Parts: sequence; structure tokens; C-alpha cells
Amino acid sequence: MACVAVIRFPGSNCETETMSAIVRAGGEATLLDYRETSLHGADGVILPGGFSYGDYLRSGAIARFAPIMDAVRSHAEHGGAVIGICNGFQVLCEAHLLPGALMRNDGQRFVSRPVDVRIERRQTICTSEYAEGEVIRIPVAHGEGRFVADRETLAALEAEHRVVLRYVAVAGADAPHNPNGSANDIAGICNAAGNVVGFMPHPERLADQTLGSDAGHRFFTSLMGRLVGAGAAA
Amino acid sequence: MTVHVHVRVMPRPGLLDPQGQAVEHALTSLGFAGAAAVRVGKAIDFTLEAESLVAAEAMVREMCERLLANPVTEDFVIEVSS
Repeated sequence: MACVAVIRFPGSNCETETMSAIVRAGGEATLLDYRETSLHGADGVILPGGFSYGDYLRSGAIARFAPIMDAVRSHAEHGGAVIGICNGFQVLCEAHLLPGALMRNDGQRFVSRPVDVRIERRQTICTSEYAEGEVIRIPVAHGEGRFVADRETLAALEAEHRVVLRYVAVAGADAPHNPNGSANDIAGICNAAGNVVGFMPHPERLADQTLGSDAGHRFFTSLMGRLVGAGAAA
Repeated sequence: MTVHVHVRVMPRPGLLDPQGQAVEHALTSLGFAGAAAVRVGKAIDFTLEAESLVAAEAMVREMCERLLANPVTEDFVIEVSS
């Protein structure tokens, strides 16, 4: 069974539901403290949502220097699966494992509500079980989710097909489709190889039909499929 | 020597600064007509043991590049004094 390490920083608060989503997808989840310096053989890593270090200075700016991050970087550089959800996405950008940055929402307010996002890329470690172009409704909850990057970086992300999730307008939705003013309506991106993925929405919060929808479940079954496949190949 | 360091970190020109916009709107509402182009940044003060002001400034520059500012979204200005 593939094992995914979920890193808990001081101020993380989505680690429990992230671990539940992994287990529900047939994986093994292990909680790793940010002071650890090894992934202890985990096949994949998730940096969960929350407010690491109180979002002091900038979201993710201090967590990126936590002891565990050298192991996360090494795992990513060797093609290992690394996912950042919400604050985890902010940490990956601050660590330069993903390009760009996440700034204060354009409306100045914390936004906590469902959004509609389109799966723009299936060739990643966590979206292969969605159809390309499929639109799903999952929650966001963030104050600093406005993705920004310089013009060249944005052009490269689009040209290289590295936008993984994009906020889209759906008929009948009662709020602006882009919750934070992100450039190009970007909700999530990946690195060139597709093994490092970061996004602002929270699929782990909607991964069980008990909650009325399991729209986020396939992020985790996609990941488990990838990790089991990689293990079999190795 | 003990060096007094003052770092000013500001959002890059051209990037939307919603805090600045909100403050500008509030200033206008209070009747301070003419306030424009408001930007909100951060000030970071500390002391630093260094050989010289030049050495201190070099060290602070590295601190800014690695931690205190995000080069994607922010510019910084360093002031050092004895």
C-alpha cells in the first residue's frame, strides 16, 4: 500500500481531513512533524492547508525553511509526488518549487465558499481520474489566494499547459467565479514534469458522499493510482 | 559594531494592492481629498552585529532576498545606521 506523508507545521489545520481523504482512497497516511528531516520512505507528500506560522511575514514564507523542507525538495527533484493544498500551495511557491506567488485576495476579505473549477490538465499526479475539461465544485477558504506571476511566467504556464485548475463561471452560480482576482483565473498549477502540484481549493474537504458530494475524492484516488503504479514499476 | 537596520518592503508597482486601495478609499471618505496612489507595505526594524555598515548592508540584502521580501511581488529598501 502506498504511503503519503502529510506535513504538520505549527498552524496547519487541514491535516486530519487530508489524511482521511488519503485513507478513503485506499492509501496509508502518516503525519510528519515539520522538525523531521526525512520522509521515512513515504511515496508521496502533501503540504496541507492552514496558517503555518500564523501567516506571519507572508503566507508560507517561514514554513519553507522548516527542517522537513529539504527532504520535500529532494523528493520533488527526484520526480516524487508533492502536493500543496491552500497554505501548502503558498509554501511551494515561497520555496520556488512552483513559480509565482499568492497575494491578498482582491476583495480584501477572507473567502470561504464553494467554487467551480475546471480540470485543465490530467497529466499530473493527482488529476488523472478526472476528465480534461470536467468542472467540479469544491470549497475554497483563504485570504491570500490571488495567484500572480510576471507576464513571461504566466505565458509559459499557459503555453506549457501547466495550469491544472482554473476557476470557471457556471450558469446559476451566485458569486463571481474568480474568488480572489487570480491572474488568468488560475486556481492551481504544476511544475514542468507534473509531479509537483499546488492549488488553492480544498478537495479533501469534499471527498465523502456523507457531506453531500465527493467531488474532491478523485484527487486522492488519482494520487494513489500514480503511487501504486510507480511502486510497481520500480 | 551594532548596526540599526530598517527595511521597507513594498508591493511591486503595477501589482494590485487591495490594502492600499482600501486605505485610499477610507482617506477619501474622511475628507482627505487628494490622497492618491496609496500603497501599503511593511517596515522591519532590528539590530545586527556586523564588522561595518557595508558588511551589514550586504547581509541584510541577502536576508531580504531569502526571507524578508518575495522578489515576485515585492521590492525592498534597506537603511543601515550605527
